[in-house]
Amino acid sequence: MQELSVRHLLGIKDITPQDIQLIFETADNFKDVLNRPIKKVPSLRDITIANVFFENSTRTRLSFELAEKRLSADVVNFSSSSSSVKKGETLLDTVNNILAMKVDMIVMRHSSPGAPHFLSNHIKANIVNAGDGTHEHPTQALLDSFSIREKLGEVAGKKVVIIGDILHSRVALSNIFALQKLGAEVMVCGPTTLLPRHIRQLGVLVETDVRRALQWCDVANVLRIQLERMQMKYFPSLREYTLYYGIDKKMLDSLDKEITLMHPGPINRGVELSSDAADSHHSIILNQVENGVAIRMAVLYLLAQKQ
Amino acid sequence: MQKRLIVNPPLLEIMVLRLCHQLIENHGDFSDSVILGLQPRGRFVAQRIQSTLAAILGKQVPTGYLDTTFHRDDFRRRETPLTANATKVDFLVEGKKVILVDDVLYTGRSVRAALDAMIAYGRPASVELLVLIDRLYTRHLPIQATYVGRQVNSLQSQRVLVEWKEQQAPEDNIWLITKTED
Repeated sequence: MQELSVRHLLGIKDITPQDIQLIFETADNFKDVLNRPIKKVPSLRDITIANVFFENSTRTRLSFELAEKRLSADVVNFSSSSSSVKKGETLLDTVNNILAMKVDMIVMRHSSPGAPHFLSNHIKANIVNAGDGTHEHPTQALLDSFSIREKLGEVAGKKVVIIGDILHSRVALSNIFALQKLGAEVMVCGPTTLLPRHIRQLGVLVETDVRRALQWCDVANVLRIQLERMQMKYFPSLREYTLYYGIDKKMLDSLDKEITLMHPGPINRGVELSSDAADSHHSIILNQVENGVAIRMAVLYLLAQKQ
Repeated sequence: MQKRLIVNPPLLEIMVLRLCHQLIENHGDFSDSVILGLQPRGRFVAQRIQSTLAAILGKQVPTGYLDTTFHRDDFRRRETPLTANATKVDFLVEGKKVILVDDVLYTGRSVRAALDAMIAYGRPASVELLVLIDRLYTRHLPIQATYVGRQVNSLQSQRVLVEWKEQQAPEDNIWLITKTED
């Protein structure tokens, strides 16, 4: 009989390797549920979950909503663009108003790093961080590691390189924590302007040559260039970025081994990944999306026990 | 803790054999029948029933294991968290005669959860319940077993434990355990 060591999933940094294993084992069972003719279980039928999204999202929000519905929870959706936030309401007031309507769990995405941590100090409901600015995106990291475990058997001892815009990426940070907790070796690769200055303190390898990085790794997790988060120029042009850091099928074929290709989406085809690479047999991008629902079901299910 | 043996290995073997013959009476050659063992402990009973039937009939009756964790009604109401087990059902139960198998029938709540969980695999033609031990007068729900190995009168504070060699127990036994305060 196991349970999570935390009441909220705010980031991978706060959870233990045992928590991650428990989430994976529970997700295995939910993945099985998702392959049945009736893809639904009644576990959370007495729970109401609010998806509070202060930032745009398609995949994560859909994935959370599906996970909630597959667990039979009641779901309310909220997006800031069509709400009173525009009229000047504070974050805490907004959430307290939602909670006053008897909501048990909050899934939140916010553009400010630390917003869910702030909230967790002021409200009683369980909080799941669905991405906070450039800080963490824990469920994405969990589903990435889960997909690696599914494809390669285990995560421990594997070499994983995260390629691209590390500076602006919450996926990168959460992935580094998750992979290290599971015993993988992590490397980051990208132009020096997009690598955080003190990234080595996290115990990761740093590489600026994408070919050498690919040759080293078992798994390459390719990130999107987040132009919307860049207030200044970090590289001369997208064309130049593609020339130096874009990955195509030819490059994958020239390696003397098989590597696994991942991407958290949305893909900018022809920028960080060419179409033939993204659709090749190396890629487990759609498996990641499929596993996302099972992982989120596991997280919600396990947190619901910690009321 | 006091442990009283209520079924010893030879008795248990006879009990399983008798249950199998009762099943054959109702299911004939099992062409439309499937066995579903309830995880975690009903799995061993289901395996034993399957192998005994195979010895008598010379064919393997389709057998699956059903986990009811996500369908239980005491989720978030009990002290200890529930841990899920694997579900392995490689067939559809649509139109089949289903035999649910568990070791002990007590409150009936896990059987209710199992009925719920089973529906996810289709609409069965009929559902029967087979248990080794039926604890009398302890039901919370109106659920009765179709095939019973043995009925036992027990107190609520007592527990029935079924041990199998497959679980690394020295031999197959069924115990009635009484907690003593000392």
